[in-house]
Amino acid sequence: MAEPAISADGIRKTYRGAQTPALDGFDLEVPRGTVYGLLGPNGAGKTTAVRILATLMRLDAGRAVVAGHDVSTQAAQVRQRIGLVGQYAAVDEILSGRQNLVLFGRLNHLGRTRAATRADELLQRFGLAEAGGKPVAKYSGGMRRRLDLAASLIVSPEVLFVDEPTTGLDPQGRQEVWSALRELVAGGTTILLTTQYLEEADQLANRIAMLWHGRVVSEGTPDELKATIGDDWIDLAFADADQARLALPTVAAHADGEPRTEEHRISVPVRQRTKALIAISTALAADGVEPVEVNLRRPTLDEVFLDLHRKQGDKQEVAA
Amino acid sequence: MTAVLGETWVLARRELTHWRQQPAGVIINWLFTVMVALMFGGLFGGAIGDDYFDYLMPGMFALAMFFGVEATMTAVSSDAAKGVTDRFRSLPIHSASVVLGRCLADLMNSAVGLVVLVGAAAALGWRWQEGLGRALAAFGLLLLLRFALLWVGIFLGLVVKGPESVTMVQILVWPVGFLSGVFVDPATMPTWLGTIAQWNPLSATAAASRELFGNPGLIPDHAMLLAVLWPLLLTAIFLPLSVHRYRRLGS
Repeated sequence: MAEPAISADGIRKTYRGAQTPALDGFDLEVPRGTVYGLLGPNGAGKTTAVRILATLMRLDAGRAVVAGHDVSTQAAQVRQRIGLVGQYAAVDEILSGRQNLVLFGRLNHLGRTRAATRADELLQRFGLAEAGGKPVAKYSGGMRRRLDLAASLIVSPEVLFVDEPTTGLDPQGRQEVWSALRELVAGGTTILLTTQYLEEADQLANRIAMLWHGRVVSEGTPDELKATIGDDWIDLAFADADQARLALPTVAAHADGEPRTEEHRISVPVRQRTKALIAISTALAADGVEPVEVNLRRPTLDEVFLDLHRKQGDKQEVAA
Repeated sequence: MTAVLGETWVLARRELTHWRQQPAGVIINWLFTVMVALMFGGLFGGAIGDDYFDYLMPGMFALAMFFGVEATMTAVSSDAAKGVTDRFRSLPIHSASVVLGRCLADLMNSAVGLVVLVGAAAALGWRWQEGLGRALAAFGLLLLLRFALLWVGIFLGLVVKGPESVTMVQILVWPVGFLSGVFVDPATMPTWLGTIAQWNPLSATAAASRELFGNPGLIPDHAMLLAVLWPLLLTAIFLPLSVHRYRRLGS
């Protein structure tokens, strides 16, 4: 089997003065050519993980290999093979888009002419050719992020780290960045993308690792994740809230978890979707309380997080 | 080594491009010291004495070098805050180049500022009296002070959190400037203040420049020696501190 683009083994990192570790036994394996989503809420350790893998920060314990080189002992080799797009568009605001790309090209040891041609190619590719001469301070948020992406692609990196690429962007800017990222994916670059937007991971990533309190708690394709972590849900809508109240005991009897009710609606998690659906329908028909609408669906990633949150809460209560 | 030089030059050029992109900012900065010199020389000169302008100018040159701390600090802290420093750190370049590029650019900036100020002073009648050789030695001492203050600026830039704290340093620059031999002879101050002012590194460079330019003013003992030792001491303290701080970005 080919060597993974990124492999992390039991990384630990505690910031100076912090009570709890930012990363607490972080494991990750990213196959080459995949877009890997690192999904987690604020403070889960996403940025810390990226900074360590991109050699910007030292790890306390564990081992990480990126593009075939150890981040702790071969940082220089790693840096020659990676690109980094941080949370903030790390470009020079006073310089024009083109001047930025030439600067970073020169710092990647391209010759003067080569740096200039490369800058023009990238401006073209990211739809910035027209704005190339304007100072970055005049760019929109989406344009800045695209320039930032372009800057990290000057020498085609083997691995690209993209840390929360659309945080703080408006929907238009988000779409712009997404389509730029999709194009990269088509080019075969390995991308490690961190995000706290479930939709973003779902849209862009082949595989997702869910990060929770500095540790990967779940890993797989977006569909696998939803299937393994959460049960399926049946949503039922009734004519009115009274009907829903009447139906609740029957529905709850066939559910594999706590039902959620909201006015005339009931949602219940079920383990065996088809069986449960038939059982609930039959029982309700026998009671004479017919739902006006029935939906069977996979959990949303939002529910997956809520679920994790609840389990974590339970654990803490047990510990206390 | 050649790689470091090349990278340093590319990074220094970035600052020069800043001048071209936003000429107003740098030009105002260069003219600011001229304005301060005119204010003090013109407004106070009459009250203090005829040769005050000649006394003041070497002090103003030293003060102009001191003002550079603020520029260095602002640039360093804004690069750090905007993630530009992180991008540099993720590139396959020597970390020394990032710092040396900053050094070179800021030294050039201060050198131009000094030329502008000297030009303005000469236009208003200030002269060096002891020949070009000694004048060049004085400019050397001034740039040595600037070099030392670079490290103070880089250190502060890495320590402060965001542009808000820059304002505080901008304000503190003034009492430090006044509490020195830049504007008046420390011997005329109350003893305890005068002692502090006498020990201000700015005073040493100002006094040594006065001696080398042949401008009026009481030259304290060892002025020349102190004008060399102070910058060396500052560098010896703040260069390692800056390096330490830069490394800690990764911890």
